[in-house]
Order: sequence, then C-alpha cells, then structure tokens
Amino acid sequence: MSLPMESILLPGNPACQGCPHALGLRALSVLENVVLVVPAGCTTIISGVHPKASFSVPVLHVPFASAVAVASGLAAAYKQEGVEANVVVWMGDGAADIGFATISGAAVRNEDIIVVVSDNEAYMNTGIQSSGTTFWKAKTTTSPGGKSEEKKDLAGIMLMHRIPYVATASVGYLQDFVNKLRRVSEIRGFRFIHLHSPCPPGWRFDSSKTVEIARLAVKSGAWILWEYDGRFRISSPSKPYKDETKRVPLEEYIKTQGRFRGLSGEDIEEIKKKVEEQWKFVLTMEKTFK
Amino acid sequence: MSSWLEHLIAKSSEGSAGKTGLWRTFKPVHNVEKCNRCLLCLYYCPENVIKVYHHRFIIINYEYCKGCGICAEICPQDAIEMVEEEE
Repeated sequence: MSLPMESILLPGNPACQGCPHALGLRALSVLENVVLVVPAGCTTIISGVHPKASFSVPVLHVPFASAVAVASGLAAAYKQEGVEANVVVWMGDGAADIGFATISGAAVRNEDIIVVVSDNEAYMNTGIQSSGTTFWKAKTTTSPGGKSEEKKDLAGIMLMHRIPYVATASVGYLQDFVNKLRRVSEIRGFRFIHLHSPCPPGWRFDSSKTVEIARLAVKSGAWILWEYDGRFRISSPSKPYKDETKRVPLEEYIKTQGRFRGLSGEDIEEIKKKVEEQWKFVLTMEKTFK
Repeated sequence: MSSWLEHLIAKSSEGSAGKTGLWRTFKPVHNVEKCNRCLLCLYYCPENVIKVYHHRFIIINYEYCKGCGICAEICPQDAIEMVEEEE
C-alpha cells in the first residue's frame, strides 16, 4: 500500500460518520498543489463553518452550473501567472447533472483541469432526491416506489468526448483510486474520474459498512472499474469479474442497503439485465480502444 | 491584504465542526497484541484521526473520532473493537 498518510481534509470536520467523500478526499491528497473548486453539495458543508475551514488547501465555492467553467479560468490564470497548481473540481452527481453543459464544454476545449465526480447516486445534501446516476429501482424521496428511469453512465459520456483521461474509481479500492490519481498527475488536459461513493444515510446502511458496500458493488459487477488514457483497460479490482461466474450474486449487494428494501424478484432480474448491458458496453470499449 | 478582508477568509483548522468526538456512540479500541500494523485502519479512516508513531504505535484521536466503525470493519486481524461509550 502506498496511500497518503495525511489528508487534505482535517479532523473534526462536519462530514457524517462514515462519509465516502472524506475517504475520496483523503486519496486526493496524493496530488500536489491542489486547488479545490467545489460547487454546492455535501462537500460545501464538509468545508467547515466560517471562520474555520476544514481543508488544508485553497477552496473556491462556486454555483452549480459554473463549477467547471470557473476551474477552466482558474487554470488559465495560474498558467499565465506561472503558478504551479492542480485545479481539481470536486463535485457530486447533483452538480454533474445540473452543470453538465460546462463539463462538456470544458472537455471539448480540453482545459487543463481535473474533474472528480464523487457519485453517491442521489442528491444527498438536499435530502436524497433521485439523480441521473441513481441506481435502477433505488428508493429516494422523489422515487419512493423505486427509480423507474434509466441510470446515466457519466464516465461513458465523458469517454465519448475523447478527452485525454477518463476513469471510474471506488472508495472501496483507495489504492486503485490513488494509482489513477498518480496517472492523472502525469497527463495534461481534461481529466475525469467518476468515483463511486456509497452514502450511509442516503442508501440506508450502517456507517461502518461504507467500504464493504463499495467493494460489494465492484464484486457483484454493479460498478465496473476501468480507465482510458488512449487505451481502454478494465482496472485490476474489476478484472476477475469479467467472468460472470466469479461475481458475487447481485442480491448480496442489494440486500445490504435500505434503499432497495422490498424489491421483487422481477425487479432484481431487470437490474441484472441492466448490469449485464453495462458489462457488454465496457467489454466492447476494451476491444475498441485496444 | 487589508485586515477587514482577512476576516472574510476562513482559516484551515481542526475541529471546524467542534469536538466531533461527542458524536460517538461506539468507541474504537485498538488491541496492540492482535495488530499486525498493516495500517489499513489509518488509510481508510475518513476522519484522518488514526496516527502511527515509530511504525509501531497506533493512536486514535478520540477528540475528533466520530465512531463510524470503518476501522473495526476493515481490520483483517480484528484488532479494533467497537465499545459502547459510557456517560
């Protein structure tokens, strides 16, 4: 293991017990000269109550839709002033839904920034409303009968922008996430990481299970770890699960979370079909970008 | 920077939400005998309150530990036990 001993997030911050963002931000500490750009979301709260700040790096709070546009300008300004800085946009899936236009725009312009979407699969900060990336059939306050819409594959969409670097990661596999961040620091241009972040209050499970559930998502194939830097590869934690027979049954993942309570066998079959489709997509991409 | 502007900028500090150790209902207790110093608890502590000294002594900062229990869950040696807090 070569994970950072220190975190850019200081102890005694307002994050919930077992918060996955705190784990992700801990891994983010491997990057040097980080400047965080944070649109509204849980991380805005985690940043602390004025006059105290819980981050040891500069943080810029910005409105939802402008996050990536602000970061683009910031990166350009730092470059012009000759300041060494890694501008990182740390956003949730809510900000990624609302501010997608600026993400897409900055990706097309290939701005020199890093975007990390810490995806807890709903708008947790405002009270667990369903988002574009909410898991199929998951219960939220706006989908009390289980989400009936599709799940958006954000990393897939960013891959189609053909930016220099796209990856998915998980807070259950911090070493893998750190490896990806190290790779990111060697590349210039628009870099995108989609981080899977199981949220204890939002998904309704005990705070001690954050890492375990994140790992179950990968082991059951519900979350696939991959990276693209011109070449598409399935990352090592996900590799064994290319083989469907090696996967943990999806029920194991589903039954650990309150948001899936009361799912029928039919619903689970439907989810399995969707997961299978996702695997097909990822395996096709692996063949396409060899 | 002028002094009034200085006040507008938040300063990095521990305990920006107060003494978060008060949130705890269960307290992680480390067992030195069982521990093999893999440091998984340290790496996966969301609160960053677990520290290691001289590659040997694992110290948990109870002032800020929220008692989420991830360390106890992740420990391969079962060297961290969650003990209920007393009054």
